Amino acid sequence: MTVKIRATNVSKFFSSRGGAVTALREFHLEAQEGEFVCIVGPSGCGKSTFLRILGGLIPASSGQVTLVPNKPETPLQSIVFQEYAIFPWKTVLDNVAFGLEMRGMPRAQRCEIAGDWVRKVGLTKFADAYPHQLSGGMKQRVSIARAFANDPEILLMDEPLGALDAQTRAVLQEELIRLWEASRKTVVYITHSIEEAVLLGDRVILMTAHPGTFKCEFAVPFPRPRAFELTGTPEFSRLTYAIWKELQSEVKRALEQQQ
Amino acid sequence: MRLDIETRDRLLSIGFPILLLALWELIVRVGWLDARFFPAPSTVLVALSNMIAKGELLGKLWLLPEVIGKGDGEGAQKILGEGHLWASLFRIFAGFFLGAIPGIVLGVIMGMNRTVRVALDPVISAVYVLPKIAILPLVMLIFGIGETSKIVVVAISSFFLVLINTTVGVRDIEPIFFEAAKNYGAGRWQLFWHVIIPGALPVIFAGLRLSLGTALIVIIAAEFIAATYGLGYLIWFSWQTLLIEKMFAGLVVIMILGALFTGGLQFVEHKLMPWQREERPATIDAAEPQATGPGWPPIVN
Repeated sequence: MTVKIRATNVSKFFSSRGGAVTALREFHLEAQEGEFVCIVGPSGCGKSTFLRILGGLIPASSGQVTLVPNKPETPLQSIVFQEYAIFPWKTVLDNVAFGLEMRGMPRAQRCEIAGDWVRKVGLTKFADAYPHQLSGGMKQRVSIARAFANDPEILLMDEPLGALDAQTRAVLQEELIRLWEASRKTVVYITHSIEEAVLLGDRVILMTAHPGTFKCEFAVPFPRPRAFELTGTPEFSRLTYAIWKELQSEVKRALEQQQ
Repeated sequence: MRLDIETRDRLLSIGFPILLLALWELIVRVGWLDARFFPAPSTVLVALSNMIAKGELLGKLWLLPEVIGKGDGEGAQKILGEGHLWASLFRIFAGFFLGAIPGIVLGVIMGMNRTVRVALDPVISAVYVLPKIAILPLVMLIFGIGETSKIVVVAISSFFLVLINTTVGVRDIEPIFFEAAKNYGAGRWQLFWHVIIPGALPVIFAGLRLSLGTALIVIIAAEFIAATYGLGYLIWFSWQTLLIEKMFAGLVVIMILGALFTGGLQFVEHKLMPWQREERPATIDAAEPQATGPGWPPIVN
């Protein structure tokens, strides 16, 4: 196994009216190549901030972040955003092909690849539709297909299913498992759902309440390929409950902070 | 007979104005309205066709083939320039493009660059509130009393409207679109063509629509006082010489122009921004074709 992502002592401070605010405090994370790592933490703990640092959208205030590239011809990382962030002015196909287009891939070639991913997420009928014609679940499918079509070494997902209703969410979780199990890319997946983390991940990392830092981690021993049936097993419940017991105090602390 | 609601609406929206015109015609003919000041629609229509026949409105078009045959470009220009409609249209569009294009360019720069925005904002706000027709004398001091002044005044009014709208349009683009584009490898120009321009286009178009409307107002006003051709001149001169039906004919032409401008811009907007088209969102069934609970069909790999 080779290390793909290594983050050590990563902190992030934001300046605000009341002085500096610590969004992330000495967080660390290591992910192996091909590993699916889920980060779970209470609202406002800085987990999204960490992902944005990994994705290069904002710099860390201190600490080291290393993403190890080994395929120079493909992008190192791509983000799937919580708010989808697909372009309203592009069709589904052009949205999915966006990363390829930015790399200068000729139209015919990128449309072929993008068309393939549009098919894999079941949106072939909507390839020429614009996002305003799509439901939330379909928009997130486009966003996920855009990331996979870009073929990055690392996928960074920021609560991609957070805005969806429970049923659509369950469908997309299974979809995501299948897509990922076929590609085995390194994934860092932010969520506030323990069940989602255990269903999808190889490892679940817990963060403390604000200012967030590493609390503890759980290995997820369930074999792959996984399916939604896993959530009905006693082993699944035992693990999610064990994680909840650890997380509970942090969630309470986060709620107190809000008051 | 029952009409569906759309047919009914269409008949109503065409029929009612025709009814009003017919009423006007009737009142004038009966003598309740002074025909010297409010000529009947039919009289105005006759005046309009006379003006076209005499070459006042569109120029002496029948001389065109001969002039073009001789390859006399200047002569052709002169013929068209003596048509009130073409004279006004040329000034409107020359000024519109001369103002709108720099307006879009500077607007994008101001939208993207804080330093430029903060520095220019007070100046622009101050000049913007000036009614542009008020600076016509100043412009005439600089550019003389010829065509240039009128075009410049239209250009200035378009420039500010488009500039302000473009700045707002660029600033209102959700930051997440910039982040997504950058994360997916967009460079400076790709950001410009794939995010900034399409993201700001709806608001830019609102500015273009406004400025085309304003251009019409400004040019008519300018032609009232400083022109020998143009629709504004036609109206003013007809009023001064009490050729009231010609004055009304001028108003009709301006109304048609306004409607054509609006329709034309709508058409271009439609073509340029297909994603803005109002369409019914997909139904739940169509939207989630695979959402059939556990055991839903596999993803094709």
